[in-house]
Amino acid sequence: MADATGTVQQGEGGKRRDFLELVTWSTVAVGTAAMVWPLIHQMNPSADVLALASTEVDLSKIPEGSAIKVMWRGKPVFVRHRTAEEIAAAEAVPLAELRDPEPDSARVKKPEWLIMVGVCTHLGCIPLGTAAGEPKGEYGGWFCPCHGSHYDTSGRIRKGPAPTNLPVPPYTFLSDTLVRIG
Amino acid sequence: MASDVEPLVLKSPTLRWIEHRLPIIGFGYRHLVAYQTPRNLNYWWNFGSLAGICLMLQIVTGVVLAMHYTPHVAHAFDSVEHIMRDVNWGWLLRYAHANGASMFFLVVYIHIFRGLYYGSYKAPRELLWMLGVVILFLMMATAFMGYVLPWGQMSFWAATVITNLFSAIPLVGESIVTWLWGGFSVDNPTLQRFFSLHYLLPFVIVGVVFLHLVALHTHGSNNPVGIDLTKKDKIPFHPYYTVKDMFGLAVFLLVFAGFVFFAPNVLGHPDNYIPANPLVTPPHIVPEWYFLPFYAILRAITFDIFWIIPAKLGGVIAMFAAVGVLFFLPWLDTSKVRSARYRPIYRIFFWLLVVDCFILGYVGAHPPEGFLVTLGLIATIWYFAHFLIILPILGKLERPLPVPESLSTPVLGRGMAPAPAE
Repeated sequence: MADATGTVQQGEGGKRRDFLELVTWSTVAVGTAAMVWPLIHQMNPSADVLALASTEVDLSKIPEGSAIKVMWRGKPVFVRHRTAEEIAAAEAVPLAELRDPEPDSARVKKPEWLIMVGVCTHLGCIPLGTAAGEPKGEYGGWFCPCHGSHYDTSGRIRKGPAPTNLPVPPYTFLSDTLVRIG
Repeated sequence: MASDVEPLVLKSPTLRWIEHRLPIIGFGYRHLVAYQTPRNLNYWWNFGSLAGICLMLQIVTGVVLAMHYTPHVAHAFDSVEHIMRDVNWGWLLRYAHANGASMFFLVVYIHIFRGLYYGSYKAPRELLWMLGVVILFLMMATAFMGYVLPWGQMSFWAATVITNLFSAIPLVGESIVTWLWGGFSVDNPTLQRFFSLHYLLPFVIVGVVFLHLVALHTHGSNNPVGIDLTKKDKIPFHPYYTVKDMFGLAVFLLVFAGFVFFAPNVLGHPDNYIPANPLVTPPHIVPEWYFLPFYAILRAITFDIFWIIPAKLGGVIAMFAAVGVLFFLPWLDTSKVRSARYRPIYRIFFWLLVVDCFILGYVGAHPPEGFLVTLGLIATIWYFAHFLIILPILGKLERPLPVPESLSTPVLGRGMAPAPAE
């Protein structure tokens, strides 16, 4: 506080002027942050994009041994109706052989249906092997033509530069023949 | 002025190394820190820096809005609603941009009337003033094209009416309008070119503002007394005017935020929330408030001038001349005294001009019926008479009050108090 002569009394912590300066700059910092945040956050997904973030797939049209691609959040999702041999091959692989060890049972909810995001974990290309006639790679799953990554019948990385398995999206079976991804 | 400035001493070797090769530190120091500023500037001198800040805010919010807006007749209106409802903080960004345009004009109009009152356009600041008029023209074009982008009813009909102004030009008018439209009516090609130019022009304004500042810093700011000041009547820009400008900015942002958060549509028009319909004109179309006086001048000419200029062309010429006349102001005002503080008669005419502009604004906001038609014509005549008749004659006839030699010396022998240092 200023006394009658205008000099400033020293408190224990500091002067009134120091306090005012601190408060002023704190207000400026908070105000600036509040102004800048909308400018940044506007680039995040908008409400209409988030509203389209799930997609439903009718499984009855996918015969055993074949697969389809569906769009989910702007990316392809592989839905593969696996044969008994493919399931057996996937389950038989010892985990020690895998770069990204994960049992087949952790990657499926029903063994005959393998559902994965079809984006190579190396640099984002779409691996071949979904449509009939495409090369499936050395392990009968998928082969990425960009840099030669091989995925097995559980979508796990087996050979090539990709670091991890093809990711499994969140999904739920709404009935035996209908699944909702996302 | 640069020669009066204390030299910059850089202690850091790194900064000295940079400064030797790219002298931007010294540039910033000379123009933002040590820059010599009159010690008597009042709060009316805050509006220049506020205008610069408004321009920056418009550019920042505008660039961000352009990330979500679609310049196509089938999507423009919906994309604006998408911004309002879906985009994170989109409502804030759009309201800040739309109200920011109004705030920009408010600030610039005050800035212009400040210049008119204190004679800031007089030698040696004629080009400084004229660059300001160029900025005003560019702002008007930018604001108009921005108003078209939401593609509501007012957007569409504003675009139609304003582009049709050019059809008043003899012989080539129709061809020019077709060229502006890129077709035979305001349509998708028009919208797309308006979006392109609306994005471009603000950066042209930035360029002209830079020239405006070069001219300003050549002879320094005018001041309320209107005399050329010596070094003892000047103080460095920092901290004195950085602090004062920051305080003014805080007050300005309170007003701005008041509009954005509590009355975001009060300056707009509800009809612009109806999608554009080329088959129906709204019953009462008016421009945004900042164009109302010019709109009144456009409508005031309802008769042929000298039997050779048709009324339509006359109105268009009068409207553009209302801004254009400002280019000649430094030579139309024949008085040697800058500040209205020492020009008692001019001071009266200045306030009459302010009132006249408000009357024009009122007339422009209402349908042209009955008494308002006459009032609009009288106010229009007064507006031009002020610049073209009153100012040239007043400078010769008016006897100014004694002007002080400097801020600290009183006018001796006349019983005058020293000029207050505001």
